[in-house]
Amino acid sequence: MKFDTPAGINPIDQLKVIGIPTDRIEGPLKTTGTARYAYEQYDVAPHQAYGYVVGAAIPRGRITAMDLAAAKAAPGVIDIVTWQNAGELGKGPRNTARLLGGPEVQHYHQAIALVVAETFEQARAAAQLVKVSYEAQPGTFDLDASRKTAKPASGGVTVGTFEPAYDSAPVKLDATYSTPDQSHSAMEPHASVAQWKDGRLTLWTSNQMIAWAAGDMARTLGLPRENVRIVSPYIGGGFGGKLFLRSDMLLAAVAARLTGRAVKVALQRPLIANNTTHRPATIQRIRLGATPEGKLTAIGHESWSGDLAGGKPETAVQQTQYLYAGAARATKMYLSVLDLPEGNAMRAPGEAPGLMALEIAMDEMAEKLGIDPVEFRVINDTQVDPSAPQRPFSKRDLVTCLRTGAEKFGWDKRNPRPGQSRQGGWLKGMGMGVAFRNNLLTASAARVRLDGQGMVTVETDMTDIGTGSYTIIAQTAAEMMGVPLNKVRVHLGDSDFPASAGSGGQWGANCSTSGVYAACVKLREAIAQKVGFNSGDAVFADGAVRSGNRAVPLAEAAGAQGLEAEDRIQFGDLGKTYQQSTFGAHFVEVRVDAATGETRIDRMLAVCAAGRILNPKSARSQVIGAMTMGVGGALMEELAVDAGRGFFVNHDLAGYEVPVHADIPHQEVIFLDETDPLSSPMKAKGVGELGLCGVSAAVANAIYNATGVRVRDYPLTLDKLIDALPVVG
Amino acid sequence: MKAFSYARATSPAEAAALAARTEGAKFIAGGTNLLDLMKLEIEAPTHLIDVNGLKLDAIEATEAGGLRIGALVRNTDLAADARVRRDYGLLSRALVAGASGQLRNKATTAGNLLQRTRCPYFYDTNQPCNKRKPGSGCAALNGFSRQLGVIGTSSACIATHPSDMAVALRALDATVETVKPDGATRVIPLADFYRDPGETPHLETVLAKGELITAVVLPSPVGGTHIYRKVRDRASYAFALISVAAIVQKDGTGRVALGGVAPKPWRVAAADAELPRGGKAAADMLLAGAKPTHHNAFKLTLAQRTLSAVLTEAKG
Repeated sequence: MKFDTPAGINPIDQLKVIGIPTDRIEGPLKTTGTARYAYEQYDVAPHQAYGYVVGAAIPRGRITAMDLAAAKAAPGVIDIVTWQNAGELGKGPRNTARLLGGPEVQHYHQAIALVVAETFEQARAAAQLVKVSYEAQPGTFDLDASRKTAKPASGGVTVGTFEPAYDSAPVKLDATYSTPDQSHSAMEPHASVAQWKDGRLTLWTSNQMIAWAAGDMARTLGLPRENVRIVSPYIGGGFGGKLFLRSDMLLAAVAARLTGRAVKVALQRPLIANNTTHRPATIQRIRLGATPEGKLTAIGHESWSGDLAGGKPETAVQQTQYLYAGAARATKMYLSVLDLPEGNAMRAPGEAPGLMALEIAMDEMAEKLGIDPVEFRVINDTQVDPSAPQRPFSKRDLVTCLRTGAEKFGWDKRNPRPGQSRQGGWLKGMGMGVAFRNNLLTASAARVRLDGQGMVTVETDMTDIGTGSYTIIAQTAAEMMGVPLNKVRVHLGDSDFPASAGSGGQWGANCSTSGVYAACVKLREAIAQKVGFNSGDAVFADGAVRSGNRAVPLAEAAGAQGLEAEDRIQFGDLGKTYQQSTFGAHFVEVRVDAATGETRIDRMLAVCAAGRILNPKSARSQVIGAMTMGVGGALMEELAVDAGRGFFVNHDLAGYEVPVHADIPHQEVIFLDETDPLSSPMKAKGVGELGLCGVSAAVANAIYNATGVRVRDYPLTLDKLIDALPVVG
Repeated sequence: MKAFSYARATSPAEAAALAARTEGAKFIAGGTNLLDLMKLEIEAPTHLIDVNGLKLDAIEATEAGGLRIGALVRNTDLAADARVRRDYGLLSRALVAGASGQLRNKATTAGNLLQRTRCPYFYDTNQPCNKRKPGSGCAALNGFSRQLGVIGTSSACIATHPSDMAVALRALDATVETVKPDGATRVIPLADFYRDPGETPHLETVLAKGELITAVVLPSPVGGTHIYRKVRDRASYAFALISVAAIVQKDGTGRVALGGVAPKPWRVAAADAELPRGGKAAADMLLAGAKPTHHNAFKLTLAQRTLSAVLTEAKG
């Protein structure tokens, strides 16, 4: 199905199942521990051996010798994979560094060996006996210091002439912000079980993008694509960290080929921060020019980030192209080569760190102008793409998000003068920030089958990374076929199924359900044809198909053979003719301990305008989870770089702190009741990343409002406040 | 984790004797720290002596009017004990400020005193660390040291002792009772229990080889207002950036110890004497001669401000 004209009225609009807050259909499996995550697939292949990863001990250089004798002789050891016996390995286009290093070492904790043994404990013990000698080479690890040699990267925009517009602006802001490297820190580590049979590899793993993984695995191993099967039914968090083929997958596959055994590998927690990808640190300079009335006349946003050679920049200027009106703008990115581990996508790449900076800058500018921060954003709203005014937004109701949020939150109670609200030993403050994330459209296919019992089965390689994909896909099929939810079975995450959009870039919900919609349209036609109805007249409801006075139960229509249909949604030019984005407003109230500078969040509100909300319950979970992540980004998350030794030091969950329950207070989410017919037949967009965008800046702005201390370097830990806090005692 | 043998001890003296004569032996009680370290082979005992059955899990009144806390009393039970909550609130508050409910259910009194530092370089076996591998150097000195020590450290090691409980015990003038391999017992004031790191940061306590902690003894209650204030980057389940354990009397006199700043719970007699003159005066005395790094110099300001706030709170 090609989606290239705005969606009209369709069966989804019935909203009998779609739009109803619905419990996860796979929830009981998860709460009873019977959902099989990758490492728990103990019965898919017999005699599974265990792999333990050895990570490089230096950030850059060469392995000069590896002594494996003691490790090989250790109890239970079957074999040890290194670059010397792994066979020729290619590299998928989505990986920057090689997943199995040696003799060249490209980053700290790059996998250089996998010890395979009969038990996990034996593999772990033997891994300690692997002796490696290195010839270390100097590297570059300090982003700030590397800025002078950074190269311009593509992806910026120029509208009008920024410099003269900025220079002549009556009110100006020029400030520099920094965001640190962040780790996805999914609860479930990257894990895989690999088995070979007749030259074909099956890999049970934890991966967000099945088709990418299968293609990149085939390319890396030099196999025909059809000889790789990836199975990933349940994923314990991804956040972008499991978008790509990673070392657990490759090492399990290579080890299984080498040993003739099924091999399972989970990345050890202390390896994950340096072995896998992370969100790269940024340094961002923002210049804003405005009239005294608060109209932005010049917007400049430059961002510096680093990556391994061949890598990409963090696209932190992305939202600045679209978010606010303003005649002149210039956005630019610069990329340094850093020898830290590979940077890549983490939830809302680009916008998350970009808005961490931009939305503080907007707060600073509002204060300079003496205009309320909410009003300042309203004044600068735009209904068209500012760099291509002929392109309207498909739907943009940011102003309602701002107004609704301000009213529900009690924004009028905020004292615009910072550092004025004291409650006992606490300084209280409120802050806000805008959420913005583009709506990305990606082709997505599904297969739908109706059987003789009237059960509808959906198969697609779409993944559920904890987001609720199973449930919205079931809701879509139920709505389309006119059956209750318990008449739908959903099978996900298998590369033998039709290729979906996968889970990433918050496109999964909208695109994958649109693929299911397309397949259901085809199935409806097949059913109508079979029972002799004109498909335009057929109504699917209550488990039957009707036309006029005649109704045929679906079970009967399917017959013993059943009926099956497969289709793929493909998106035409509506994403080009219209700028498609999602919007929101975050409001946060904090208190800061006047003595210690500890920040505690009191309450948070997000108002989101993101098209049709397919399942308000799981969408809310997505947004409150994202808000929690934004609190982490604001207050504590930072991969600490040891710029001398070239690695992320705090590489476990004791050192890399993320919020715990006690950090997370009252959270509320409001979804505007809207549809976007230009987005898809579902009229939906995404919310999973939107919820993170702008949160951290709202926290930072609230801390400023509480304390009067403007911190421009994340995270806003107490040491950055304490010298400017009032005298104690 | 290296393979190890395992035995259950039947008496404290026997456990001590066995530990003294078995090369590579270590005691295990709750195991909440030891097992983590064994998995990373930071600790690699070849023999574990399980002391959990030694019946050292009572909290009893002493003749001197204090409390004897068995070495195996779990952190949860100690924090919840009615006598501790009434007379030694500082201890109860410090305990519940540490770790998580699950860990406190398992962790023991003696084990808590003997836990190792959480310095990230100690935990990464690729990195030099004089505490983990004597003579290998200290990566933390010029590395990421935000969490690490500012006083009582050495050029060989700037690690901190991570316990909250020990900070309260130090302020309470607790003593440690032990049994030696020859069956003799001794009493060690907590003030003398931890060694200065010097050039040998791997030697952390004055315990002799095989010597087993049997109890921690609290002197009779001293009254006053008990405040344990732990400052950290998140609201729960994080090690202290700094902590303040204070007992303040109505007349403004009292005692104070700091956590998160030194290789041991940090208390300076002269600082106690300064308490009536306020937090700044006492903190200046506590932290005189501090040698912070660029990353953790904020701990000096933080300790002083927190202590001042604690004294204000104590006044009511």
